[in-house]
Amino acid sequence: MLSLLALVIPLLMGVIALVVPWRRWIGWGSALSSAGVLGIGIALSITTSSHAPVSALHGTLRADALSSFMVVVIGTVSLLATLQTPRVMRREIAEGITTARRASYYVVLMQAFITCMLTAVLAANLGVLWVAVEATTIATTFLVSHSRTKKAIEASWKYVMLCSVGIALAFLGTVLVYFAALHSGVATPGTVSLNWTSLMAIAPHLNHGVMRLAITLLVLGYGTKVGLAPTHSWLADAHSQAPAPVSALMSGVLLTVAFYALLRFKAIADAALGVDFPRALFIVVGLLSLLVAAILLIAQRDYKRMLAYSSVEHMGLLALGAAAGSSLAIAAVLLHMLGHGLTKSTLFISSGEIAHAEGTTEIAKVKALLARRPVLGGIFGCGLIALLGFPPFSLFISEFTMARAEVNVGLWWVVALSLVFLSVIFVSITNHARHMLLGGDSSVAVPLNAQSVVVPLVAALATSSFMGVSAWPLLTLLRAAAHVVAR
Amino acid sequence: MSTSFYVGALELTAGAVLVCAVMTLWRRQVRTIVTMLRFQGVALAAVAGVLAWHEHDLGLAITAALVLAVKGALVPLLLRRVIRLDPRSRETAPLINVPASLVSAAFLIVVSYVVSSKLTALAPSAATRLVPIGVATVLVGYFMLVTRRRSVSQIVGLLLVDNGIALVTFLLTAGVPLIVELGATLDVLLVVVVLQVLVVNAGAQHGSFDLDEMRELHD
Repeated sequence: MLSLLALVIPLLMGVIALVVPWRRWIGWGSALSSAGVLGIGIALSITTSSHAPVSALHGTLRADALSSFMVVVIGTVSLLATLQTPRVMRREIAEGITTARRASYYVVLMQAFITCMLTAVLAANLGVLWVAVEATTIATTFLVSHSRTKKAIEASWKYVMLCSVGIALAFLGTVLVYFAALHSGVATPGTVSLNWTSLMAIAPHLNHGVMRLAITLLVLGYGTKVGLAPTHSWLADAHSQAPAPVSALMSGVLLTVAFYALLRFKAIADAALGVDFPRALFIVVGLLSLLVAAILLIAQRDYKRMLAYSSVEHMGLLALGAAAGSSLAIAAVLLHMLGHGLTKSTLFISSGEIAHAEGTTEIAKVKALLARRPVLGGIFGCGLIALLGFPPFSLFISEFTMARAEVNVGLWWVVALSLVFLSVIFVSITNHARHMLLGGDSSVAVPLNAQSVVVPLVAALATSSFMGVSAWPLLTLLRAAAHVVAR
Repeated sequence: MSTSFYVGALELTAGAVLVCAVMTLWRRQVRTIVTMLRFQGVALAAVAGVLAWHEHDLGLAITAALVLAVKGALVPLLLRRVIRLDPRSRETAPLINVPASLVSAAFLIVVSYVVSSKLTALAPSAATRLVPIGVATVLVGYFMLVTRRRSVSQIVGLLLVDNGIALVTFLLTAGVPLIVELGATLDVLLVVVVLQVLVVNAGAQHGSFDLDEMRELHD
């Protein structure tokens, strides 16, 4: 019942925004709906981390500990993003960038987007998961092109094209898994479905040749949506053109929802093929993503694109963690998803404010932020420190644990290589940050008068650092969730 | 339905899907290409229909009707609108000329027979032996995507990929569960709608929609 409610709340909010003419409370309503989703996520987590998975709608929806954790991640980041809606929309309407009608559409699409992501993580059927992930592309296209500039339309065209073509491969992969299941020799023909539980039950009997092809297609296909190299190129375009809260939501959770799909399929492939083949695939795409991110970050000129490429880096790290595949590694991967969601959405939202205040997204044209805009610059700087993996923020502990888990399974060379890439990324981002933040004269400071920006973002950073010091409220959940897909 | 008739009908309809795909590379008039795409949608629906009849599968029969409505009628209709709105789209602008494209298509068909052999080997039957045709359609679609530069040509490439995957799905597994099939077909329709709206928006705001000018975003 709870899982059904999680879908109904944002859907209902979307319908309200569609039929009621734009009012400011609609913006607050969308934040309230996200808070509701977060609440349901927590309730689901409490149930599923100690008890059996829960189903709804005759088994169409199924929430185990992993799904519940993902609902929490989606709820948290969408709360951060939707809290910005009333202010951003009022500002855009006042400046004539958008109209009341399009502000309504913005809320409708945001709610549709959130509903699709929730459907993806709560679907019992891996085919429905695919449909939901593809539907997120459709819901987000017009969010990316919200500003209707030439660049925004270019970004959304590339986004739809690349993601649709990429994710078509994931569909082919899903079909091949189904084909292998039909001919596994152990299941009676009428009972075969794409349900996670039934697939896991027969996974060891799936045909090797077909499964190898299937998991390769799935990694390439969902990898497009995750933003893993070699099909990462849409990410920087879309993230730099979309409104800041949309970038926050896309980078903070959409990528990890697609990664969730990969985790599920990897578990099936692990059971069918043994760990070696899927591990090799994940290592290749993971290291390649780190390499691409490192190269493109060195001479990056745009700070929104810098954040986007940092997402490519973090998705690469997740892929390497998943390659290790032990329960320790998967728990760290999940913690990393949450930590990255909090940090990256904070950074995107604050970068949106910086872009609005400074009128540019070029790194070279923004100087001495800490002196001129202490609050905004401070949040942006703290976010970058968290993103670079400094303690006490949670990305430090999750990156450290992933590396440890990788060494534990004999992948020390992967850790060594990724450290090389990470140090290049570290130096590049620090360099850009130094240029943007430091220097200047603090006597010209401009106060920031927007509580709805400051309070949620500071809270997000505080949560992230709290999780870095003590992950206790999450430990049982992380353990239970990792157990679902760990080897 | 007798076995030989079933095999013949399946081969004919599946073959027609690939022939339409190759025709889209051959013709330069975008209107003709959209007509080819409509024929392909009809042929794809016929494959599903033949299989549904043979397997007595109601779900697959519903899928066939859906495919006929969406890919045989609605999508071509939407594409004609894009051509009207984006006049530059009327002729394709191939980066690789037509004869070379056709030779490449022949090569891709050979490749698809090689990669599909493992799939056929797991469950050899009249249907799975035709899987390479579906894979070839997918590859021709990718080829179209990377070598054609007009908005409609790119959408057609995307749809060829999608039709090819649908054909593989029908031949391998007699269709995925109905709910997934419904969702997947609806997603395709919506993607085409979204792309059409983007062309319309670009036209309304900036006068034209030109993929060649889409070079502002890069690193």
